[in-house]
Amino acid sequence: MKRTALIAFSLISSAQVAQASDISSARESELLNLLKHDCGSCHGLSLKGGLGPALTPDVLRQKPIEYITATILYGRSGTPMPPWRPFLSEGEANWLAQRIKEGVQ
Amino acid sequence: MSRWLIFPLLMLFSAIPIEAGELRGTGDLGVVVERAKGSLQVIETSGNSVLGRIDGLGDLSHASVVFSRDERYAYVFGRDGGLTKVDVLERRVVARVIQSGNSIGGAISQDGRLIAVSNYEPGGVRIFDAETLDPVADIPADYAEGQRSKVVGLVDAPGNRFIFSLWDAGEIWSVGMSDPENPAITKYPNVGKNPYDALITPDGRYYIAGLYGEDGLALLDLWYPERGVKRILNDYGKGEQKLPVYKMPHLEGWAKAGRHLFIPAVGQHQVLVVDTDNWQEIGRLDVHGQPVFVIARPDGRQVWVNFAFPNNDTIQVIDTRDLKLVETLKPGKGVLHMEFEPRGGEVWISVRDIDRLQVYDTSDFNMLADRPAEKPSGIFLSARAHRTGL
Repeated sequence: MKRTALIAFSLISSAQVAQASDISSARESELLNLLKHDCGSCHGLSLKGGLGPALTPDVLRQKPIEYITATILYGRSGTPMPPWRPFLSEGEANWLAQRIKEGVQ
Repeated sequence: MSRWLIFPLLMLFSAIPIEAGELRGTGDLGVVVERAKGSLQVIETSGNSVLGRIDGLGDLSHASVVFSRDERYAYVFGRDGGLTKVDVLERRVVARVIQSGNSIGGAISQDGRLIAVSNYEPGGVRIFDAETLDPVADIPADYAEGQRSKVVGLVDAPGNRFIFSLWDAGEIWSVGMSDPENPAITKYPNVGKNPYDALITPDGRYYIAGLYGEDGLALLDLWYPERGVKRILNDYGKGEQKLPVYKMPHLEGWAKAGRHLFIPAVGQHQVLVVDTDNWQEIGRLDVHGQPVFVIARPDGRQVWVNFAFPNNDTIQVIDTRDLKLVETLKPGKGVLHMEFEPRGGEVWISVRDIDRLQVYDTSDFNMLADRPAEKPSGIFLSARAHRTGL
């Protein structure tokens, strides 16, 4: 019973996410390319860290999606992390945050 | 007549590895890092062609390469801590070690016997035998109780020394390796906040670390190391709004033209020009974006600049006689690196997002070759074997 509820819940939330993001698949691959190569220039091609910290699911377990999304959009003052707001919509940043949190290959 | 018969035969041979017994020099060879694939392309600059590929080099997302003094072997420093020695002629891996969790670059000693690698994780420098890759020395970048720094800007220096900077600690360290059993470490603390990379001038005299955390650069005169580190260009960003930096500039790949040094500003879309006689700024040029590499043609007459995202589709060329921009090229999205042929007539450019390797004539800026490569990044020609700091 409990398990059914959980599955139902996760189905709903992923459906909501898909609706909310509404990103074309061409744009999705652009975003993944950006993540790999441009975010990767500081965080590593496989996001295992460089001059910037590692962005692996393990490291980000405690960080809410909203926090990661805001960091992508607005950067972090006092660190080299720049704001990506000029290049990404909120939905796109949110989509990237989810990809990072679940782990991208 | 016979000449025309030989030509296709040569073409045929150039496509396969050099066989045992077949003679070939290495002075016109080089390697190109294919960052996503974890491979190297072996190139030759006489005909501007690709000879072949060496695979299995791990995560090369921020890889760099140095050459043995005989120009036969390339040492590849991978992001995943892999140090690989490859035979450029036979196009195969000779030795490989995973020496840390996360590394950023390396250098070969003046005597050619030692390879040093700078690491982020665990922070420090590890030194290996160039012949066998056996470990020789381990220098953790401990700067306070329980604090270890990421290491950047590692170069070789005359006197069989390695010099590097500590990103987290704001220090420069020099390690003398004349006696490999007993590394002689000298530390220069408080050089400035967050040194991000460094260069050594081609004469091996000045080590200069760029600072991310504050304006200016840290300068160490290796002829007078006892005088310590001094700060130069302290005012270059004063009172100006810092622009976001979407990729850290690189200082390795120096840009010295006569007595002038050309340096990327950080957080300003400018190239700074410094007089190396007195270390005063003599000018600055507005450029297309945040500069990443600022590299002089070997004769010093031109300086070529590429840029960080989102301006990384462009290269600009500065004429060093009057400090004016003379050319703007648009090779394609993701221009990551430029490497001049040793006499400067041609320059190789890697264009990541369109998977191309291009060669330009530096006198008229015409494209001479355009070759496929998978997500190419760093280009390293074997002539680096004979340059301090490269």
